[in-house]
Amino acid sequence: MASPFDELKFRDPERARALTGALQREVDAAGRTLSLMHVCGSHEQAIARFGLRAAFPRSLDVIMGPGCPVCVTDTPEVDEAVALAAQGARVCTYGDMLRLPGNSKSLADAQSDGGNVEVVYSVSQAVDLARQRPAEQVVFFASGFETTAVATAAVLLSGVPENFSVLSAHKYVPAAMDVVSEMKETNIEGFIAAGHAATITGWGIFEPFAARTRTPVVVAGFEPLDVLAAVLELVRLVRAGRHEVVNCYPRCVSKEGNGPALEKLWKVFDVVGGNWRGIARVPRGNLELRPEWDHVNARRRFQIDTAAVGGSSRNVLAEHCICGTIMSGLARPSDCSLFGKECRPDSPVGACMVSSEGSCKIWHVYGGPPDLREVA
Amino acid sequence: MCLGVPGKVLSISDDGMSAQVDFFGVQKELRLDIVDVPVTVGDYVLNHVGFAIRRIPPEEVGETLALFDQILKEAAAGDLMAEDVRGEMAAGKDAGGESGRG
Repeated sequence: MASPFDELKFRDPERARALTGALQREVDAAGRTLSLMHVCGSHEQAIARFGLRAAFPRSLDVIMGPGCPVCVTDTPEVDEAVALAAQGARVCTYGDMLRLPGNSKSLADAQSDGGNVEVVYSVSQAVDLARQRPAEQVVFFASGFETTAVATAAVLLSGVPENFSVLSAHKYVPAAMDVVSEMKETNIEGFIAAGHAATITGWGIFEPFAARTRTPVVVAGFEPLDVLAAVLELVRLVRAGRHEVVNCYPRCVSKEGNGPALEKLWKVFDVVGGNWRGIARVPRGNLELRPEWDHVNARRRFQIDTAAVGGSSRNVLAEHCICGTIMSGLARPSDCSLFGKECRPDSPVGACMVSSEGSCKIWHVYGGPPDLREVA
Repeated sequence: MCLGVPGKVLSISDDGMSAQVDFFGVQKELRLDIVDVPVTVGDYVLNHVGFAIRRIPPEEVGETLALFDQILKEAAAGDLMAEDVRGEMAAGKDAGGESGRG
């Protein structure tokens, strides 16, 4: 009997060759170097894991932008979580937030100092902990784009115990592209939007961006052929001067997105300005709880003494970290003097080496850019 | 963390708020509050951080399962995609352990 796993048409080598051939012809016809940006750690994983940069034409750059919500979480946000742990709260968070450096400490450091810090895979697990420990204050340090924020919204809407609160570091997907397009030094001509975030938001959310910035956007999946097909489509749009959104991932993404999830998301969250680590103040960058949720908002509910955990033992290495420049698409991880030396996954200096969606960690694990192009 | 992982709905709670779902042999309880359309037993759903975020249309199930099966099978220790997939599988509540297909 045929296994359902036999069907792998999204890795078919014939189709891959046809796509890379077409891509080479399109880029050759453009007659110049083209820079495209994707804004999703899972896309960088797919590109690095499957060695796709080796298949791209020499004069095509596909760069990862600020598409890792953990990486752009700013140091004062980490300080808030560290301070809450130091003040006696039980701080729960997703695993890739644990080693994210604050001004002087990460939550892993707070844990070593005796603070109660718990890694959870789901916000529901944090709510369960609060139910099991009614005498404690349980704070969920929430990270992720809309895809993950909808889960935070859902637990609040379904009712949480009195001793549970949320410290939001959720980020807003369209801001990742806005922030790069507004940089004067950028030369990005097209964007690949994150596939699964668009599952929730719908691809229509990118239309105002494409029209305003006169830049095409393609929504892509995570299979090698998904990425190749999306890059080819994007190069065609750039060459034709068409500033539109094209959905190359229709098997997962609709124009409207997930209506029930979005309704819950906007009942609980609002888009606010915030600093993105190493990049800039982003006017519509963060998702914060609406005022009617102040009673579960850790920032409103507790006096958070970040002065007690910030400051003095500031890591001097961090001053050489170029994560912000890398996330802006202006440098590659391998351009950083700390990359793979002082800054490694087990002792990260910069945020991009922390998360499985950070470009530095991805290049460190999968070996970085294929040098095949350079030796060929 | 923006990958969702596909699983098959085995049963749905009486209040309709959660489902027992099989992920490559591991059974977990997922919440159904933010799934895009109502699901029934036998459907496949994408799981993200313990929540079903999308019912996978039947014609796409084989391909979607194949992708994740490959990621889990091929992965060397430390593979970031496989780690993310395992993290998503761990996000549901435990619901009766292994079914032996894994």
